[in-house]
Amino acid sequence: MNEPEFVRVLASIILASSPLIIAVCGETLTERAGVVNLSLDGTMLMAAMTGFVIALETDSVWFGFLAGAIIGMIFAAIVAFGSITLGKSAVAVGFVLTLLGDDLSAFLGQNYTRIPGPTVKHVGIPILENIPIIGPIFFDQDIVVYFAYILVAFSWWYLNRTQPGLRLRSSGERPDAAFARGISVNRLRYLYTIVGGSLVGIAGAAYSLDVKIGWSDGHTRGLGWIALAIVIFGGWSPIRGALGAILFGATKALATILQRTFPEVSVVAFNAIPWLLMIAVLVLVGSDITERLIMLAPQKMQPALRRWLRISPPMALGTTFVEK
Amino acid sequence: MNTKRIASALWPIVPILGALLFTSGLLLLFDASPLEAFQSMFKGSFGDQSKTLSVLAFWIPLTLCSLGLLITFTAGLWNIGVEGQIILGSIGASWIALKVHAPNAFLQITLELIVAMAAGALWAALSAILKTRGKVHEIFSGLALNNLAIILTNYLISGPWQPPEGGTFRGTTPFPDAALLPRFAESRFSPLSLVFLIIALVIVFVALRGTFWGLKLKALGKNPFSAFLLGVSSEKEVILAMMFCGALAGLGGAVRVLSWFDSLRQSISGGIGFLALLVVMLANYRLIWVPFIAFFFSAVLNGSITLQLRTQLHSSLGGILTGLLVLFVLLFGDPKALGLRRKKEEQNE
Repeated sequence: MNEPEFVRVLASIILASSPLIIAVCGETLTERAGVVNLSLDGTMLMAAMTGFVIALETDSVWFGFLAGAIIGMIFAAIVAFGSITLGKSAVAVGFVLTLLGDDLSAFLGQNYTRIPGPTVKHVGIPILENIPIIGPIFFDQDIVVYFAYILVAFSWWYLNRTQPGLRLRSSGERPDAAFARGISVNRLRYLYTIVGGSLVGIAGAAYSLDVKIGWSDGHTRGLGWIALAIVIFGGWSPIRGALGAILFGATKALATILQRTFPEVSVVAFNAIPWLLMIAVLVLVGSDITERLIMLAPQKMQPALRRWLRISPPMALGTTFVEK
Repeated sequence: MNTKRIASALWPIVPILGALLFTSGLLLLFDASPLEAFQSMFKGSFGDQSKTLSVLAFWIPLTLCSLGLLITFTAGLWNIGVEGQIILGSIGASWIALKVHAPNAFLQITLELIVAMAAGALWAALSAILKTRGKVHEIFSGLALNNLAIILTNYLISGPWQPPEGGTFRGTTPFPDAALLPRFAESRFSPLSLVFLIIALVIVFVALRGTFWGLKLKALGKNPFSAFLLGVSSEKEVILAMMFCGALAGLGGAVRVLSWFDSLRQSISGGIGFLALLVVMLANYRLIWVPFIAFFFSAVLNGSITLQLRTQLHSSLGGILTGLLVLFVLLFGDPKALGLRRKKEEQNE
């Protein structure tokens, strides 16, 4: 592989990962506030379909993204209403919405399958795009990609360096303590579930308008689940989540290259890679294998490694909180 | 007081009406008359004998999986991997049907069913062990294993089990008649599978009501920590519950290949596993409702396939109707819970 091709592949990995990064950021915010929105797969399908249809009818991708965000907010609001207000299992509500979103998107989008539509424009960032190698990979991209960069940086800063971010985290870690200090936990949980949902919706629209252009039945099926797994792999941190999404994109690209190199191996074997990777990665972060590996490292590096590799879910994740 | 009681008795109709109204709205959006659509769905499921038999034939694996899920739900497990367990059951049964020729049909079918149940149970055990040993939530392992099962099917169909006339993604060559379940009047329904279903129903009923194992599962589902303190080995029960469900799903998968189809196909499960999860949720995790709800779902889904053939409307309408029904019942099914919550909030303010 010569260098320009190497650069081209890396640039395509960044583009292909960006919707996933956006979805992972959204779900990370939701889960850090203590709510599990399991409806991602259905939400993204509905948002991809709606985003495409609206963009086509209004001839504006921006309205498409707006529609996707609104769909994401509606789905998230149902999850929030069911789990926070009614005290039902968020997993149950989210799972039903996943299936419902899949079927609804197939039904509502049935007259819009496999037709061309508007797409997001390609914009290089002046000056930065001229940096050799790094420029073409990171800064000669689509707007969706730049949005993903900004979102990751902003989410990290917001979560870890601001007052509202602290309140967000406290309602996901120790809701009773947060409530005692005057934070209306459930109102915050509503807010961040809906904010997270809007980002998931934008991610769905980013597929049909940019990364996997158009609409067909089950257009983004499976990617919502991948995003949910990456949130765990990312240890509920936007930056690690983004790295996880890029790693996933890279593995897919690698599979395509391997497939070209070894045409005699069945195509279906390569399709298995993302799912095997999903299991492997979740075992790695969940079990004590990681801890044992850390113990092998030099003593000085261990605390830093532990901070980077270990995961701990928000303590009150998925629990309902009754304000008293 | 009396009116209140009547209102709460009639309340379950409200979410059902809501689902019907929403679906009607969707149909109107596509310039279709809801009344005609529902009528043709009904005709599509009960219009003549062969259609009714199709509903029955679809109902059997759906109920088998739902029964298995009752066990896993009781143990507090979200066995989304049930879809993959059906597929592995289909693959197991197909393997015997294609490669083994037993001296008589009885042995042949028995062997097929045993291998199908074992395959489903082992696939479920993978999920269980990933949960107990790898700390991977069963939702994620199940989902990955579902997709791997689909990929395995595609590999088998396009590779080693590809029919001699060439590599289409359609399916394997049809199995010999002796390998198939005896079917009723050239339909897809096999009375023998109804017998399996009744046996499974009795076993699940007894397991949940009358055995110590059922009690342990309930303890585990209600409160894993105190169950552990009481000496319930969560690992053993999790693995057993998952394998039990996997075996029933595998049996369902065998029924799919040996009576609904006559070969291993690309989308062999037809989403039955996910549908079964909805059935059990709508049944509020109670055995008594499961067969009836599964029958209703089977009718709706078969009807919507006919609807698509007649009116070109996408067959996902059936899935929308069932999904909405479960969502509305889940959210608004219990009027007391709605009222109580509201009162509590008022007191807070």
